[in-house]
Amino acid sequence: MLPTPSTSHVNYNRVYEPAEDSYLLLDTLSASSETTFLHARFPPITSSPLVLEVGTGSGVVLAFLAANAQRIFGRSDVATIGTDVNDFACKATRDTVNLAITESDDDHASLFCGTINGDLASALKPQIIDVLVFNPPYVPTESLPNGTNHHDFADRDDFASDEAFERDSHLLALSYAGGIDGIETTNRLLEQLPEALSERGVAYILLCAQNRPEAVKERIRSWPAGWSAVTVGSSGKQAGWERLSILRIWRP
Amino acid sequence: MKLLTLNFLTCARKTCKSTAAAFPLHPKEAELEQVEMDMNPLFITNMLPRLEWEAMKTLTTELGLPNLPAEPPSAEELADESGEPTQTLKDLHTLLMETSIASGKLVCGNCEHEYAVKEGIANFLLPSHMV
Ligand SMILES: C[S@@+](CC[C@H](N)C(=O)[O-])C[C@H]1O[C@@H](n2cnc3c(N)ncnc32)[C@H](O)[C@@H]1O
Ligand SMILES: [Zn+2]
Repeated sequence: MLPTPSTSHVNYNRVYEPAEDSYLLLDTLSASSETTFLHARFPPITSSPLVLEVGTGSGVVLAFLAANAQRIFGRSDVATIGTDVNDFACKATRDTVNLAITESDDDHASLFCGTINGDLASALKPQIIDVLVFNPPYVPTESLPNGTNHHDFADRDDFASDEAFERDSHLLALSYAGGIDGIETTNRLLEQLPEALSERGVAYILLCAQNRPEAVKERIRSWPAGWSAVTVGSSGKQAGWERLSILRIWRP
Repeated sequence: MKLLTLNFLTCARKTCKSTAAAFPLHPKEAELEQVEMDMNPLFITNMLPRLEWEAMKTLTTELGLPNLPAEPPSAEELADESGEPTQTLKDLHTLLMETSIASGKLVCGNCEHEYAVKEGIANFLLPSHMV
């Protein structure tokens, strides 16, 4: 078992607290079936892989990947980077990843580039991401919270306390509220995936049962150019249904 | 954020993404910071093939940093006969891994939009009318 990165410095009033979904990603990405796949996908003689986590929150997942690169990817010459719409999450992630790397074996950690305050993978050049990980806001809600009024939820110190409280609730809503079927944000990312990933790229995306994982997989398999989508991790069996599952999406 | 990151970033606007002018982003009023880091020669060697050399040269010039060689070094230029890292490799390590932008702006060469960098974190969120 690889250690879970410490996030005790993070303020969970406005940054998503690691939960069952986060831990399912850690378990899945470090399971021997996935590490075997990743080692074969990125053999040591090839150029350094670029790993992007979208929506890092506390940074627990990115820190885990960044500090244990040798075990997970079979090499430490990996570049890691994170994005989140929540500025506080970006700062929390920077600290969580740096701490985890300091505490890891030197020659096991990746090179952490930093975090970007942005929407999905929009700040990255097309076709360069080798591994993309996303634990999205997946809870079905009537509508998506407005993600474009940035000035209203930025890290500013001129808020009155009631405004700050409202800002914090908005940030937490951004972390879980997924709109219709809980899949609106995930769908936006899926649409961008073929353009964002490199030729050898692979994405890990977490879904909940209400997101209808089987239909999502079917849809991906019908994309042009031969995409595969399989469930590689799941948890919380209820009456034969997996509450959470993780898809691996790639071009074999 | 480490200078290496700029090798991966472009303007977030859809209409800019595919244009050549949107990469690299141009630092403006940048405050640089040096943070010492252990050297991972393997990382530099295997990152080299995916460095956009011309873009990296532009960046060093714009930031007033020592110029990079005209052509990217070959793998042989990174280690000497005994396998020790050469000065070329050490310089790349200093530039890409140890130098970061603490604050300033990143400007798109196509639409001229300025992305602010504060406390080492770049803000790529766009107002809705610009997405
Ligand atoms: C369910 S939380 C996951 C946090 C963390 N990765 C984990 O597993 O514990 C979803 C995260 O995605 C972020 N997020 C929501 N919409 C986003 C978007 N359009 N672009 C980037 N990040 C987004 C939220 O701010 C939140 O931090
Ligand atoms: Zn632009």
